[in-house]
Amino acid sequence: MLATEKAGARPGNHATALLAEADRLMTVCNSCRYCEGLCAVFPAMEMRRAFPDGDLNYLANLCHGCGACYVDCQFSPPHEFDVNVPRVLAQVRNESYRAYVWPAACGPMFARNGLAISIVASLSVAAFILGFAAWHDASVIFGTHTGPGAFYRLMPHNAMAWLFGLVFLYAIVALAMGVRAFWRDIGDPVRLEPGALWQAMRDAGTLRYLDGGGIGCYNHDERPNDRRQFYHHMTFYGFALCFASTCVATLYHYGLSREAPYPWWDLPVVLGTVGGIGLIFGPLGLMIAKLRRDSVMVDEPRLGMDFAFLAMLFATSLTGLLLLVLRATPAMPLLLALHLGVVFALFLTMPYGKFVHGIYRFVALVRYAKEHKAFTGK
Amino acid sequence: MADLTKKYDVLVAGGGNAALCAAIAARRAGSSVLVCEMATKFYRGGNTRHTRNIRCAHDAATETLSGPYPEDEFFKDLLQVTQGHTDEVLARHMIAESKTVLDWLPQQGVRYQPSLGGTLSLGRTNSFFLGGGRSMLNALYLTAEDLGVEIAYDAEVVDLDIDNGMFLSATVQRGGERHVVRAATFVAACGGFESNIEWLKQYWGPAADNFLIRGTPHNRGTVLKMLLDRGVQETGDPTQCHAVAIDARAPKYDGGIITRLDCVVFGIVVNKHAQRFYDEGEEIWPKRYAIWGRLVAQQPDQIAYIIFDASSLKLFMPSLYPPIEAASIRELAGKLTLDPETLEATVNGFNAAVRPGTFDDTILDDCRTEGIAPPKSHWARRIETAPYYAYPVRPGITFTYLATKVNREARMLMSDGRLSANMFAAGEVMAGNVLGRGYAAGMGMTIGSVFGRIAGREAAANARN
Repeated sequence: MLATEKAGARPGNHATALLAEADRLMTVCNSCRYCEGLCAVFPAMEMRRAFPDGDLNYLANLCHGCGACYVDCQFSPPHEFDVNVPRVLAQVRNESYRAYVWPAACGPMFARNGLAISIVASLSVAAFILGFAAWHDASVIFGTHTGPGAFYRLMPHNAMAWLFGLVFLYAIVALAMGVRAFWRDIGDPVRLEPGALWQAMRDAGTLRYLDGGGIGCYNHDERPNDRRQFYHHMTFYGFALCFASTCVATLYHYGLSREAPYPWWDLPVVLGTVGGIGLIFGPLGLMIAKLRRDSVMVDEPRLGMDFAFLAMLFATSLTGLLLLVLRATPAMPLLLALHLGVVFALFLTMPYGKFVHGIYRFVALVRYAKEHKAFTGK
Repeated sequence: MADLTKKYDVLVAGGGNAALCAAIAARRAGSSVLVCEMATKFYRGGNTRHTRNIRCAHDAATETLSGPYPEDEFFKDLLQVTQGHTDEVLARHMIAESKTVLDWLPQQGVRYQPSLGGTLSLGRTNSFFLGGGRSMLNALYLTAEDLGVEIAYDAEVVDLDIDNGMFLSATVQRGGERHVVRAATFVAACGGFESNIEWLKQYWGPAADNFLIRGTPHNRGTVLKMLLDRGVQETGDPTQCHAVAIDARAPKYDGGIITRLDCVVFGIVVNKHAQRFYDEGEEIWPKRYAIWGRLVAQQPDQIAYIIFDASSLKLFMPSLYPPIEAASIRELAGKLTLDPETLEATVNGFNAAVRPGTFDDTILDDCRTEGIAPPKSHWARRIETAPYYAYPVRPGITFTYLATKVNREARMLMSDGRLSANMFAAGEVMAGNVLGRGYAAGMGMTIGSVFGRIAGREAAANARN
């Protein structure tokens, strides 16, 4: 059925039929409001009477997909009003990543994201292996290297720092351009408030709105639990620790002239190992949850994007940990190429995959904290 | 799947708030319990799916209630909305019990939240369910399942074997098969008959064909009728139902709360002949909310149109369907298939009668008409700013008042005045005992939870003996 034929549909200008459907749902929900206490989406909706595309993209990115509003809704399918907020907002959210991407020419990366990420990752790994092979002879590639500077016999530290510094910088610029487009579209030209930023950091850091209003997230049945929240924390904080590990190692190198590999008790290794373990089990747990999730709430054609990102995080961690364990064996050079290839691809594809969900969600949370304060004074 | 062949201590007909409270209370008292819900799992719970709050007495503010609501005040409110049509002993008992029900429901998994946006007037008296009525139901079902209550879906009670006021067995139809289910006691918690248009026609004639039913299509009154036919005493006015004016474009059944319209005060209401027929400014919410359903039901073809202009569009909560819009009153009449000349004359006549005043929709203000019949006593403002808007409205039936007579133990009374040996009732099927007419927000859930819990408790005690 077309959105315009269903209850709650209004004439309005929307870029896509999907956004028109999201408008219809918000119109239905705004005349009900029973879900007001479940998360931030519905209070944000209540501050509006009409839903232009920018607002819908904002609400979609504010939604954490806990599923509570679907399970609690008296009008969810098979009711003829066909109210399925988690799925429609997931679809709108996923389309919004493409709408705000920079440069726009990279939009098609989101069309078959799983395939695109796989290709980039394969090419990247192959490039590192070929690079190692081109610069060194077989005795280096299949040799055993130990002691300070062992990695840099395969790739000079400066080359590594430049290459990864550049790709990281590119990712930051591309993400910032996307955020700029998003921030403009959700209609908040006013300056940023530190209070709102701090509130959003707390809300994002605790996944406050992935708890179904206090009882947990609905996934595969009618019994909510905290598993997705738990595995997401493992993933997010695991990623943060790994990132911290890299930063500390860089400081060691340039500030203290201490070269990797570091002993197992040293900060970069401890941070990387703890974070790495989080990045092994977090993505695995999230993948299992995704496979089990009630398909009615899921944007199924785009699940490939979710799995691609989780697989990249998992592969980053797995190759990193293997490198740690096997760094004194002849397997090290190949593992190093593998690890660097995966990390390079991860950085390069950050603006073109599921990674952006965290960025846009955070921006949406900032916007919400701001308008919530303006609206309620709290 | 629930076993329909074994004998239970308590058989509960119905699957809403009252039924689940009865089932949980009976199970907690040690009984084996079977719940027969005629709907599928998705549509379980009848009208509870559409509810959002419960009215319970309490002596102090709580985390979600802004202040005390003493028993006496509750009773006074009940007397006011029913205009005295209540059973005082039963009503006072219900109100006293509601105080502990307020804490008992969260113990069964139900979650409250402060009153919703736009319902501040209920913030002190009514506890809102976090996530709404279906969320509340989901919690009760999970608790019932965890306790070991057997639940049969798609299982309708189609016959009752009652001998001289004593329940013997029920015939339950599930998936095309009939089972005779035996139980020591029976709890009827399966709603009124508002979804049974044929039955409504007995009192309303062909007009009932134009009624919209706001809730479940399953409240056909089958069990209520069987009980009355088998000697249970009736109470409550059989000819009356609670009706409000809702959007005429709503589906025949189950449109729920989002089809409501409460913008009568902002304009005028005309019938299909484009004539006004009642004072739109007579009463403040929620009283006016409850009278307009009946008023529209008395109009030809049971249809009416709320007409207002651009100045009022954003003064009320958005509703599901957009208003019908036109650049002029004549054009609006065309879209509504009303006679353009008559509608224009009606609007002009109204505008000419409006006296100057200070508009305030939260009080009975001084904006009124003079020299027209019927008058608009408050909130009268000229309809003169294009574009013009209209909502078509029809009577939306919420529930019926006809009930099985019960005592304080929720035990049914037989028509000769004796108590039934083992039959109890809770929820809408006995609401007419305390709610002889009218309605106040959240009271249906009070009746369901309070008498459900009593019925379960008493049925369990009865089954033990």
